[in-house]
Amino acid sequence: MSIPKDLRYSGEHEWVKVEGEKARIGITHFAQSELGDIVFVELPEVGAEIKADEPFGSVESVKTVSELYAPINGTVVEVNEDLDDSPEFVNESPYEKAWMIVVEPSDASEIEKLMTAEQYEEMTQED
Amino acid sequence: MKHRYLPATEKDKQEMLATIGVSSIDDLFADIPENVKYKKEHQIKKAKSETELTRELTKLASKNRDTVQYASFLGAGVYDHYQPVIVDHVISRSEFYTAYTPYQPEISQGELQAIFEFQTMICELTGMDIANSSMYDGGTALAEAAMLASGHTKKKKIVVSKTVHPESREVLKTYAKGQYIDVVEVPAADGVTDLDALRQTVCENTAAVIVQYPNFFGRIEPLKDIEPIAHQGKSMFIVSANPLALGLLTPPGKFQSDIVVGDAQPFGIPSAYGGPHCGFFAVTKKLMRKVPGRLVGQTEDENGKRGFVLTLQAREQHIRRDKATSNICSNQALNALAASVAMTALGKNGVKDIARQNLLKANYAKQEAKKAGLTVMFDGPMFNEFVIKLDEPVRAVNKRLLAKGMIGGYDLGLTYPELDCHMLIAVTELRTKEEIDALIQELGDRHE
Repeated sequence: MSIPKDLRYSGEHEWVKVEGEKARIGITHFAQSELGDIVFVELPEVGAEIKADEPFGSVESVKTVSELYAPINGTVVEVNEDLDDSPEFVNESPYEKAWMIVVEPSDASEIEKLMTAEQYEEMTQED
Repeated sequence: MKHRYLPATEKDKQEMLATIGVSSIDDLFADIPENVKYKKEHQIKKAKSETELTRELTKLASKNRDTVQYASFLGAGVYDHYQPVIVDHVISRSEFYTAYTPYQPEISQGELQAIFEFQTMICELTGMDIANSSMYDGGTALAEAAMLASGHTKKKKIVVSKTVHPESREVLKTYAKGQYIDVVEVPAADGVTDLDALRQTVCENTAAVIVQYPNFFGRIEPLKDIEPIAHQGKSMFIVSANPLALGLLTPPGKFQSDIVVGDAQPFGIPSAYGGPHCGFFAVTKKLMRKVPGRLVGQTEDENGKRGFVLTLQAREQHIRRDKATSNICSNQALNALAASVAMTALGKNGVKDIARQNLLKANYAKQEAKKAGLTVMFDGPMFNEFVIKLDEPVRAVNKRLLAKGMIGGYDLGLTYPELDCHMLIAVTELRTKEEIDALIQELGDRHE
């Protein structure tokens, strides 16, 4: 199970990557393996406000539909449109090709409160 | 057989009772306390014999005034159009009319193909990417569109023009009430949506702007001017359209509409005293996964043969029902089939030709009305309906028309109190020059 060390993680299985003033967000390897083959990713539009712990989109797999929960508060500045035509990226490359949104965090310190790779690994093992 | 609809004999009953171990039918209701049981005779008439029943119903049916015996100028959402004879032949096949809805899609390929073709034709007429398998009627399709818009935009205000069918607006308000959605109506100015009022009403909390095309008064709304107002605050643009008129008019899809709905009644579905008809619902590709109801898709089986499936329904209807914008799980399959057969029988040129005849005949009637000195209201570009102002109540005029073999127009005062004594006249391709002339003469004579 791949859990990159340089990312932060939420309890809802989203990862957050700090890129200067911005934060890139996607779902983890663990999440995609639990969901199975992803067939559709519904994402917000650029300019949308996301609120921590509230849904900002959804992922549909062949067996279920799951909400995407925002790990932090912020404004969406970029959306991965490649996922419209290639939702399978979420299975193939959850940390690279299948990034979902880039946000401008309202408060960057929120990211520090998210789990580290070690903490996240511990959580997934408990599950 | 004791009775036509209750074929069990006394012997059958005794056997059934013995099998389940009770001695009489009353024993089956032993759990119901005696003091709440109704013990008197029911106040209903004695059963009639089959012959007596047929005679009585035939007598009642003969009191009906229908559009075969009478020349109808009544429209207002339901129209008297040419019904290709083939429609009844196809929908009378038991494979189609006995099937409620394809619950086992894999063995209902014929039904699914028919629905797929309906969806395709609706897409072509509306200029939209995706259409569903149909809705109950135009009114519920419109309300569902508003619910989709509110769910998608997460906004709670729907702005609807007063030139949208009054009954559709009532359905919309009924849906909106339970969802705590605010429905705000925009007045008309000279028979079309008042654009200044619309501009002032649309705000950042507006989920959608809804207009009708052609509108309830028959006028062609300027979609080109309305679209930017709808989209300015990221609201959605919903158009309720008459699909036959789309044979001539620029399709709403060309004006960046997000959802196009309407009633398919003009195609192969009899007016039938107001229903059942068949709603249609078309969207842009972006909204594909938010479409209410059923969607039929084309695919290939493992041998590479063309086949059809119900698709994209799991999401809204089975897994995420609490988050769905709609819980409609059915469609109006037989009437959608009737519409598909009619559209296919007419063909692209036939649809255009009939639409053109509506336009020309209605305009002829309007010109004749003006020549006869009648007051034409809201004069301007129209399709197959227009409004005239009378000197007396519409009801009185219609009574006289009926005596002359004509069904008069819609009494606008019923739903627009300010338009008392205004008649909405529909002229379809079925009306002959003689019928139109007779109507105008009758209305004109009284006028003078």
